[in-house]
Amino acid sequence: MRVSLFIPCFVDQLTPRVGMASAQVLKRLGHEVEFRDAQTCCGQPSFNSGHWDVARAAALRALDVFKGAEVVVGPSASCVAMMKKFYPEILAGHPRLQEAQDLAARTFEFGEFLVRKLGITDVGATFAGKATYHDGCHGLRELGLKEEPRQLLRAVKGLTLLESEEAETCCGFGGMFSVKFPMISTAMAQVKCDALVRSGADIIVSSDPSCLLQIGGYLTREGKAIRTLHLSEVLANGS
Amino acid sequence: MSTPRSQFLSDAQVATDDVAQRGFLRQALGGYYVSRDVQKARYRDWEQARDAAAMAKWNAVNRLDRTLTTFATNFERNGGKIHWARDSAEAREIISKICRDAGAKAIIKSKCMTTEEIHLNDALEAEGYGVVESDLGEFIQQLRKEPPFHFVFPCMHLKREAISELFTKHLGTAATDSPEELTMIARRHLRQLYVDADVGISGANFLVAETGQISITENEGNARLTCALPRVHIALAGIEKVIERLDDLAVLLPMLATAGAGQPMTCYNTLYAGPRQPGEPDGPSEFHVVLLDNKRTALLADPEQRDALHCIRCGACLNVCPIFKNIGGFAYGTTYQGPIGSVLTPHLRGLQQWNHLSGASSLCGACTEACPVRIDLHHHLLHNRRNAVLAHVSLFDRLFHGAFGWVIGRPKLFAFGGKVFRATLPLLKKLPLPYLSTWLKSRELPEAPKKSFRDEWKGSQS
Repeated sequence: MRVSLFIPCFVDQLTPRVGMASAQVLKRLGHEVEFRDAQTCCGQPSFNSGHWDVARAAALRALDVFKGAEVVVGPSASCVAMMKKFYPEILAGHPRLQEAQDLAARTFEFGEFLVRKLGITDVGATFAGKATYHDGCHGLRELGLKEEPRQLLRAVKGLTLLESEEAETCCGFGGMFSVKFPMISTAMAQVKCDALVRSGADIIVSSDPSCLLQIGGYLTREGKAIRTLHLSEVLANGS
Repeated sequence: MSTPRSQFLSDAQVATDDVAQRGFLRQALGGYYVSRDVQKARYRDWEQARDAAAMAKWNAVNRLDRTLTTFATNFERNGGKIHWARDSAEAREIISKICRDAGAKAIIKSKCMTTEEIHLNDALEAEGYGVVESDLGEFIQQLRKEPPFHFVFPCMHLKREAISELFTKHLGTAATDSPEELTMIARRHLRQLYVDADVGISGANFLVAETGQISITENEGNARLTCALPRVHIALAGIEKVIERLDDLAVLLPMLATAGAGQPMTCYNTLYAGPRQPGEPDGPSEFHVVLLDNKRTALLADPEQRDALHCIRCGACLNVCPIFKNIGGFAYGTTYQGPIGSVLTPHLRGLQQWNHLSGASSLCGACTEACPVRIDLHHHLLHNRRNAVLAHVSLFDRLFHGAFGWVIGRPKLFAFGGKVFRATLPLLKKLPLPYLSTWLKSRELPEAPKKSFRDEWKGSQS
């Protein structure tokens, strides 16, 4: 299959290794991977802030960028949810709505693509350690992904998957929320991270780099030595 | 001067700083999650039950013109009297007048959030009536001169010792940490007050159009006494409380109990059909229902958010909300706390003044997942945010999002801007920049990599 990568703007700038790892896993599975460099940001910060005109312009750009792509795969449940669920909503009544719906149907979150579209749960990865999976809210509740990432992690050789209390509790990132209501966002991070620490895991895995920014940022500030990794980084390891 | 927004920000700061209280709240809700899940498991299909409950409310709300008039006609046929109130002031005046006409002195109340919405107690007390809350939680909050902390569990923020001290101070009872004894103290105190009251004021969980009955659900039996002993009974209800058929209660009552309190059914579920009929031994001689609009018809006119009128006030969305669990109920500054409050309050009290509540959410969607009548709660917060921007945008926001949109529309500029951002990040971190410095107050940012993804990708392709 020819996979077009959808790389969130902050992954592009802050954690490029997540994008590289995603490409590596897909290539190893025998797929052709492309990156269309006219892509920038999906527009979610403006969408969430109520500036739907800015988000709509970003959506229309994305329709152009990904025109003709066989499938679009992104290593961020949040940005993928923007494209899959919210582009059709903000383009309701727009002449290009049908295009947005077509793009939504061809767009997948990284783990979703592997399990639901390709039917693969074992990508042949090896990773030594104890991991716990954090359910990002967009992956869990907008895309309905709960078992898929866990199936992938359970198949990783050498990896023990532990469940954490509060696994489904929001980490408190929420995009602009994290800086507009920092005291609430930080309190939520504390509740989340305390539970992650209690789980006994030494790696926290998620499908959302933005949650990992929050969780990792809080844990580092608190001096807790737990690694945060994107699902793709675990799956890219070994073999 | 403090605005609702600035008040919210400072109250949220104080509440989130109180680590012990936040822990207490989480602990208090811990038992609820367990019993809720046990009760949910007893349903053959909880998701289908949600569909049925949502449909029952949809039918009633989307035909409100007919369901309401059917209810009114049938209720009056049973001998009751219907009053229509456009807003809080009208509702307060209607209720005061009924009390005046009845020559009332003492009033007893059972739990009713709609009376909180219209600030009824203050108005009645200003006219010289003694007003007593008979729901245990509300009774405690009344003694504390505080509004309810949670619209289903009014004093869930209090430890037993605090309640015991409160009773010692106001009722002169001995200290105890037994919940049963605390309940008995309130019970002994309240018993005579039911007998002395001339008017009983209640809410209504459901107004059954088909039969003209009101349905009240409670755990303490205090509402039964409030509705049965005084010679005048007044029930205040929002117009969205109406349902079409008696049968709808078969799904709505158990779901209200399970979603809201983790119970299979609430202890007492009573249908009140009208005043005392000839030959009946008890019941009030007058029975009034006050139907309150207070901006609900404006919400009804909004097809996007109309489903917010499905709300059965179970409180499930508060119980699962990480915002509520961390800031508590008081910080909202509203009658209805939590996600449903953040959706409703901008409609009831003004979008520009209350939109910050829609903003104060990470949009995690736990509320929507928990709602037994499938209100699209967290997406409505997005709709409120959009509506607020359409009505008014601050200059800062206009510039910020304008610039953001301009940059993300230009890939080369975006890539260049990213390069500058990464190169200067160590310096930027030291500057008092909006948002960035706020983030850094409590969290680190990873060090910026030398190359962006797009650069690395280009390198790997050649």
